[in-house]
Formats: sequence, C-alpha cells, structure tokens
Amino acid sequence: MTDPVGDNALVVENLSVAYPVRGRNADGSRKRLLAVDEVSFSIPRGRTLGIVGESGSGKTTAAMAAARLVERSGGAITLDDAPFGELDPDQLRSARQRVQIIFQDPYSSLNPRLRAADIVREPMRYAGLDRAEQDRTIDELFEAVGLRPEQKALFPHQFSGGQRQRIGIARALSTRPSLIICDEPVSALDVAVQAQILNLLKSLQAQFRLTYLFISHDLGVVQHMCDEIAVMYMGKIVEQADRDSFFAAPRHPYSRALLQAVPSINRPLAAPESRLVEGAIPDLTQPQAGCRFASRCRHAVPACSERVPDLELLEAARTHSVACHRVGEIGDG
Amino acid sequence: MTAPLLEVENLTVRFTTRDGEVTVLDEVSFALQPGERISFVGESGCGKSMTALAVMGLLPAMGRVSSGAIRFKGEDLATVSETRMRQIRGNEISMIFQEPMTSLNPLFTIGRQIAEVLQLHRGLDRTAAQQRAVELLEAVRIPNAAARVNDYPHQLSGGQRQRVMIAIALACEPEILIADEPTTALDVTVQAEIFALLRDLGAKLQTAIILITHDMGAVAQMAERMLVMYAGRRVEEGRVADIVKAPAHPYTNGLISCVPHISSVATRPDRLPEIAGIVPPITSFGQDVCLFAPRCTRAEPDCKAGKPKQMSVTGHAGHTVTCYHPHAEVTKND
Repeated sequence: MTDPVGDNALVVENLSVAYPVRGRNADGSRKRLLAVDEVSFSIPRGRTLGIVGESGSGKTTAAMAAARLVERSGGAITLDDAPFGELDPDQLRSARQRVQIIFQDPYSSLNPRLRAADIVREPMRYAGLDRAEQDRTIDELFEAVGLRPEQKALFPHQFSGGQRQRIGIARALSTRPSLIICDEPVSALDVAVQAQILNLLKSLQAQFRLTYLFISHDLGVVQHMCDEIAVMYMGKIVEQADRDSFFAAPRHPYSRALLQAVPSINRPLAAPESRLVEGAIPDLTQPQAGCRFASRCRHAVPACSERVPDLELLEAARTHSVACHRVGEIGDG
Repeated sequence: MTAPLLEVENLTVRFTTRDGEVTVLDEVSFALQPGERISFVGESGCGKSMTALAVMGLLPAMGRVSSGAIRFKGEDLATVSETRMRQIRGNEISMIFQEPMTSLNPLFTIGRQIAEVLQLHRGLDRTAAQQRAVELLEAVRIPNAAARVNDYPHQLSGGQRQRVMIAIALACEPEILIADEPTTALDVTVQAEIFALLRDLGAKLQTAIILITHDMGAVAQMAERMLVMYAGRRVEEGRVADIVKAPAHPYTNGLISCVPHISSVATRPDRLPEIAGIVPPITSFGQDVCLFAPRCTRAEPDCKAGKPKQMSVTGHAGHTVTCYHPHAEVTKND
C-alpha cells in the first residue's frame, strides 16, 4: 500500500528477517527461522501506524529491522524519501538519530548511573549539537513531557515509572527524529499512568508532527492511538486497514479472534466462545506452503494449505487489505 | 442468605520498617459466599495482593495483622497456628500468581509438582498422585496429558504453565481460589482461554474465586462482585454490573474511563480522562483523611475532615462507597 505521491516518513517494502537456528536442512544448509516474511508498510509523516499481534508474531522484529537495529535478510527501507537500508556503517551511525525508540520497560531502559538531563542529552552528543544547544533542547523537552526543571539532576531511581517513561520520551525526541518506534510504551505502567503517557504521546505528536510506529498487543490502546493498523501473525501481515474500517469490520479470521478475546466491560459475563481451533503451529524454519493461520482457523478449507494468500485490497475499500483466501466467503459478520 | 465462606472484618495490616510502623491495609472488610466470584481492583500498591496474602497467611516477615479478623468457616485465620494454616493453604484455600514462569520449580516435572500437593494434603501414594495429576492436566485442557505429565516447566508455553499452576491450585478442590493477576504475562487469546477455564472449573468444583486485577474488562468477564481498593482501603464495593454502569467513587470512575476500551464505532476522543498523579507512598497510608483527595477532581476542603465513612448507594443492593462526594446518591450506613 505504498503511495508514491504521499509524504511518507517511512516506507518498508518486502522486509524479511531470518534468524539462524540450531540444526541443518536436508541439503546441509544452516536452518533459518523466518521471523518476518516479506512485510510492506508505509507511514505518512505525522501519523501513527500500529502493529498488533501476539508475542512471537514478529511485530517487534519487523520494527527493529526497519530501524536497522536487527539485520534483515531482504527488503528495502526508505526513510525521508532516501534509501535507509543501503547506508554503510558510517553513514548509518549519523543517520540513526533520525529513528528513535521508546521502550516498554522504563526501569531497564534508562542508565541508572546517569542523571535525567544526561540521559536526554546522550543522543544529541552523537548528533553533533553544541553544548548550549543541547541544554536548550533539554529544557524545552523537560517542559514538553511534563517534568520540572529541578528534576534534571535526579537519577532514574528517584522517579516513578510514569516519570521514567517521560524521560525516555524526552530522550527519543531529543534529536528531532523522523520516526519514533513506540515498543509497548505503556504496557509496563499502571492503568492510571497509562492514560497520562498516552495523552502525552498524542499531544507531542500534534506539537512536533511526530511519526509513530506503535507496537502493542493492547487493541484498545491501538484503537486510541493509531491511524492505521497492521495485524501480524507468524511473521506475515494478515490484515492492514485504516483504524475505523478495521474496528468497524475486521475481516481476517485471526483479527476477529484477537478482538473477540479482549475482555470488555460492554460484554459482562458473556461466555466468549473460543473462536480459535486448537491446531499445530507451523514450523517457521520450513518454507510455508499455505496460509500460516490455516491450522487454527475454523473457516479453513484444503485450498488454504496449498497457496500462501496475498495481502489484497478489499473491493469495497481502498484502505483495507486482507490476506485470506476465504475472505469473500466468510463475509463481514 | 447462607453464612459467608470467608468473612474479612476490619482487617488492618501493619509493616515494621526502618522508619517505624506503617499501615498497609486499613480496616478492609468483605465477605465471600461459597462458589462466588469476586474481584479486587486498583492500581499497584493499593493493597489488593496484600489482602490476599493476609488471607493465605503469607504476609512478609515485617508485616502482621494488627487488628481485625479473617474468618474462614468460623475459624479466625489471623490467629491460627502455622501448623493449622499449612493444612488449609493449598488445600482449602489456594492461590495462583502472576508469573507462571517463576512459580514452578524448574528442576521437577510438572507431574511431580501436581502430585506433591496430593501426597501432602490428601495422603495419596506416589502412583495414585501421579495418576490423578494426569487427570488434572486433562481437566485444565493440556493436550496429550499422559505424556506431558513428565515434561519440565521449560518445555511448556506460558499459557500451559499457567494451566499447570491452575491444576496444582485446584488439585485438592479448594473452597477458595485466589488468582493474582493470573493472565498479565499472557497474550489475549491465551487469557481468554484461561478465564474460560477458571470459570468452568470454578463452577464445576463450586470453588469461590478471588480475582486480583487492574483490568476492568477482565472484572466484567470474570466476577459477580468487585471491591475497589485505594491506598490500603476499600473505597467501593458492589455488583460488577452496577459499578461498571454507574461507578460511585471518583477513583472507580477514573479507573474505568482512563482506559481506552475497544469500540466498533468511530468515535475518537483525543484525550483520555486522566487520574492525575500516582498512588501515595505507603508511609502516608492510614492518615485520618481521604487519601484519594489529592488526585480527585471532586475534592472539597471537607475531604480532609477525617476518614470518609462507608455509605450505601441508593437503589443498588450491597453497593457501598466510601467518599464524601460520590457520583451517586447515598445514604448513611450503620
């Protein structure tokens, strides 16, 4: 769904990541696990793309590979309309400032021996800003993320979880990046603090026109934060759509199962029938002949195991694609 | 109404710290009927888990029950001997924890860990206990149980480990099962299966369940009644259906509205309602004021005039709130 005319911060085409694992194939080659398999997405500047999926679906690996923090085995990455995937190590080092990450755990992602101001300063030291400029940016960012100036001199252990996440956010913003990867940014926080951080991320986005790649397993949070959603299952994007179209009528059987599984205050004590069939999970060290979800899908027919479904646009919608052979038959109910 | 299975009355727990005594639980009361499912809700550090640990007789060494009673079938667990408590724990009252990875012993097969409970509490011999372990694994829906019984914890997925924990907890068909954030570390689809399992087995064995969680969706799916806790105190209690529809305490209201709930309609509030600030440090618990007032949008000067009293919410049976300015019409409780 790459739009050539749009102003995209990030375009990823056919991105694959394969990890070497123990064992050899029949032909003697090293076994590789295909964690991300030909994934494509783009994020318009100032917008948010959410990647959802269960643990092991490849959502974090895909994002890290897009940021070139994990080596990819194939695919093209374009950042700010310039090739990012082909940069050599020296070029990459100076280009890294354009992609920043907000991590899940604000306890382990801050250096305990640095003062808050220096944590925010660190990325700028590599970005070649002079000291006065660094100090000015730190002051600005502390205010923007809701920390008080006198807290600049404190160490991470002197902050609460939510405040630490604010420091992590300030650090991510310090180099004015083109793309910020938010990797489960609120899942380690208490419910009440989650709302504070989500509101902060949204207001910063409006203020600085930030582009987010938002990784989460929490569909409620994703609906609140994202303009577009991509659902990953075992290394593949199985459904991709604009937010309203997705939540109004998810089409892939896996997306539906995922949504159904979320406990809701609007469905009190209803017995949610388990919509997933218990089936064998495919071995990703082997080439996949068909749909990876077929073994657990209650709509599967033999054809599903014979050919890998492509991610195709739904006829009715220009912004909603699904990778399912049966999408025509199972309808939108 | 039958006599409650468990009746906790004005339970106060205090910790002895370097800086003196602190109140961790402040006059917490609730009752649990046989087979009933109740949920404790609140942020971390509000005393949900501590209440459960007090019932289990597993308070940390620096903690003690300083007043109040924990009556289980007429016996006060706050005063029974450790020997007696050991007979009850894991047998009549059992508990599963948040981290299925760390609650199982990595050095023993899961079969042996299930069998241990049965040998200890039910006096089964090793063969019989092992046999029963297979049946329990089947009951928690682990496929091919007869073979898996000899697996070690690392050979299981997170969801399967939590199923094993449930099998251990339910091995002696306890009257109360306490589940402390049992699905926090698990994916949503696995969570849905674990909840379904807990509900089915709970109903089959007539086990009462105390679910500790911060997820209101989970509460709505799992519990009939809920108890909202803040800073070591009970702030609201009632039927889940009543509270979800019309929370009376500003804290409960905040907990429900600050979470982005999935909806199929395209409404998009740009900001989530926030509960400002964080839970106060434990050292300020127990003060003679409303401890939520500093974070509360409805706070008035009188919120500092002593601990708020428990009031009954008009029109809802068994719905109480402890607040000077609740969202609902209330009458004084006696």
